[in-house]
This record gives sequence, C-alpha cells and structure tokens, in this order.
Amino acid sequence: MPSITYISNSGETRTITVDSGTTIMQAAVRNGVPGIVGDCGGECQCATCHVYVDEKFLGLLKPAAEDEDAMLALTASERKDNSRLACQIALTDKLDGIVVTTPPIQQ
Amino acid sequence: MDRGVVIIGAGQAGFQTALSLRNEGYAGKIALLDDEGRVPYARPPLSKAYLKGTATAESLEYRPAEFFVQQSIDLVLSDPAVALDRRRQMVALRSGRELEWSSLVLATGAHVRRLPTSGKEPFCLRTFADSDSLRTHLSEANEVLAIGVGFIGLEAAAAARAQGKKVRLIGAEARLMGRAVSPFISAWFQKMFERHEVPIRLNTAVKRITEAGVELADGSVETADTVIVGIGVIPNTELAAKANLAVSGGIVTDSYLRTSDPSIFAVGDCATHPNVYAGGLTRIESVQNAADHARAVASTISGKPKEYRQVPWFWTEQFEAKLQIAGLAVEADETEVKGDPESGKFSVYNYKGGKLKFVESVNQPAAHIAARKLLEI
Repeated sequence: MPSITYISNSGETRTITVDSGTTIMQAAVRNGVPGIVGDCGGECQCATCHVYVDEKFLGLLKPAAEDEDAMLALTASERKDNSRLACQIALTDKLDGIVVTTPPIQQ
Repeated sequence: MDRGVVIIGAGQAGFQTALSLRNEGYAGKIALLDDEGRVPYARPPLSKAYLKGTATAESLEYRPAEFFVQQSIDLVLSDPAVALDRRRQMVALRSGRELEWSSLVLATGAHVRRLPTSGKEPFCLRTFADSDSLRTHLSEANEVLAIGVGFIGLEAAAAARAQGKKVRLIGAEARLMGRAVSPFISAWFQKMFERHEVPIRLNTAVKRITEAGVELADGSVETADTVIVGIGVIPNTELAAKANLAVSGGIVTDSYLRTSDPSIFAVGDCATHPNVYAGGLTRIESVQNAADHARAVASTISGKPKEYRQVPWFWTEQFEAKLQIAGLAVEADETEVKGDPESGKFSVYNYKGGKLKFVESVNQPAAHIAARKLLEI
C-alpha cells in the first residue's frame, strides 16, 4: 500500500496510505485533505485537482496525456514544470512516498 | 441573526454549494437534504465508466460521510423536504422536522421523462440506483434497444455495445444530439455508431411500452430483452411552485440565481437563469452549469455578491470519441472544420453573424480548452 504526503500551500503536511490504484485526487478527497477539489469527479475536465509534484518523483510518472496537458492550461494557480492533475495519477508501490504540494487556489 | 443555509438536493449543484460555502469561510449552519439515501455522488460516470464496470461505487462519492461531519454540514439523506414556508423561512421535512433558513438553495435537479408503460418498466439513467440495476442486468442481456438519441441514450448504447451486446437505437429527432451539437457532429457520430454496428432509426417516435414490446407511432412493435429510455428530464419545480415562486420551465432566477424570493436561490438543472451566452433565460443540464452556479451562490451568501456568467461547456464519451463542447449550440450560418474528421481528431467552429458561438472538439482537448477562453464574454 503506497503512502503519499500532501503539503499545503501554507506548509502543513499530511501523510496517508492508500490502496494501489487510488488516484492522488481520490486519496485526498476521501481523506479530507484540503486544497484539492475534483469538481468533475476525476474525468480530467475541470483542472481543480492541480498539484505540484516533488521533483524527485516526477521522473517516475508517466508524462501527462494530451487531455491532461490541455487541461493544465486552465489551472487557477500558476502552471509550473511539475504541475499535474491529481486525478490522472494512480498511486502504485513504485510511487510509495510521493510528495505533492497543493497550489494556493484551485478555482 | 443568521439562521443558516438549507440546501435542498445533494447532487452536483447542492453538494458544491455546501462545499463552496465552507471554502468561502461561511461559518453558519448548513443543512444538505436529499432523498436518495446515499452520500452525494457524481452522476457523469453513471452512463459511462460505472455502467461499463470500470468504476466502483465508492469512487463516485464526492466525499466520504465523515467529511460532512468534519465540515459541520448536516447531511439529511432520507427525510426529503415537502414544503417551504416562506413567511417563517422554514422548510418542512417529511418526518415533521422543520429547518429554518436565512438563505435557502433549491438544487432539486430533475427527474427522467418516462414513456407510458403498461408492460415491464424499462431502464432509465439518472440516479445511482438506475445505473446500478442496469449494470447488473446488462451482464446477462443479449439485445439492447435504446430509446433516445441525446447524450444519455447514446452513452448507454455505446457502453452496452462495448460489452458485446447487440444494440440498436431509436430516436424521435432527425439527428443525434440535435439540441446540443451541429449537424456535422450529428452526422459524424451517426457514422461512428454504424461503424460499431449499432443501427439507428431517426424520426421515429415511441408511443408507449406494452407487454408486447415498444410500440412505435406507426403501430409497429419492437422487442428486445433490455430497453433503455433516455428521452430527457423534467426539472423538479414542485416545491418552488407550491411556494408560489416564479416557475417557467425551471425555477426562474435573476443573474445572481436569486428566485422571486430574495432569500431563496435556485442552482443547477432546476434553474431557469439569465445566461449571457444564451442571450436570455435558459435552463442547462451540465456539470459545469451546476458547479459554477453553486460557486456563485456560495459567494453571494458569504457576503461577496457574484453574478453568474461562465462559459458553458459539456462533454460526452461514446466509443472512441470524446466530444467536448464550448459555448451553446445555435443554428450556425458558417462552420469551419479544423483537423481531419477521418482521423477522429478534429474541431468544428460554429459562427453566427460573424461571431464564434460554439466549438465542438472530438479527441482534441487542447482545442476545447482554447475555445473556452476564446468564447469568454
């Protein structure tokens, strides 16, 4: 069971352990992690689950698909090189310990 | 003194209103009412991933039940509102319980339009229970007849076909998704269904469903072991009408989504609201409309009045095509197709009077996102 750490915009951290296959968005909303909204329910349609992925883990992720890349143009907070949509990243043991930072605003 | 907010309906619009109120820092009481007996959940997957069996019931929940406790949102799931007392600003629930409001938000949604039925009740798709029973039934079905060529009928037909069922479609309209897309897109999707061996009969009205099967307007009868009806929805306006609020199609609001009573708002599928993109009053059934209505009302209730004026957008998934629409469909006088429709990746730009009105993108998410920005008024 992979673990994930969320760092809020103000620096608070929260680490949770989830079943493999859970997305970073689902893990956040099911465990009440603030800063991730997920309006569209994980359909890659709303850009309200924007996160900044810790650089150390970026290389382990599959690159953003075309629809995620397009949607990242609509994030409410600045898009950076490590910006991803949390609904498009499923957690696996390979990603155990991944760290993401939530942006100042989502919408 | 603030008596709190009561939200009737815990679909996308109602749930989002509660969530956004807390995000806006609203600290008063919030009650969120529904009658489905389920923690608020997302509906889009009900005719897509959930129906196909690739999503779990839990994954549809917006938040777990504990979230509502932590956020001090009183989630009332099996005791629906039965009457509004506007003078006392009180909602009466079926059990006899009463809830007071300073602001009331009607997020009552819509219910499916049904066909006159004397035989076996056909399947429909609106609630989790609807999708769940169809999904269970589909595993043993052979032949599916889908009635309705709007988003729901087509998504259901595609999901059933993807599971190897023999599927056919009947629609009263002259073209697919006629209310929401251009004739070019209708024709392209029709070809795609034909390619997937789903025959479509258009301009064919269904009269009723009897023991014998599905009776068409010309008197002939169609049969199938599974009949799915997706012929639109009717907004839930009874509570509002009984309380003498203005109702016309849906519950009528101003640009702040306020009804004819200043303490009562209407959001989402049930709200007939002034829409800058429609150039007048309209009612829209979509995730975007529901969520953005909710955010505007939450802002207003929290003391930062906000007019609703977001670009409408929609999406649907059928077979290999993801269609995204920005703007509201009108009868265009000029259309421009960019990309290659044969390749399955293209966009249709629809103009009227020289102005871009709506853009339809098939498997071209970047074009869709650009269009949403392009269309902003």
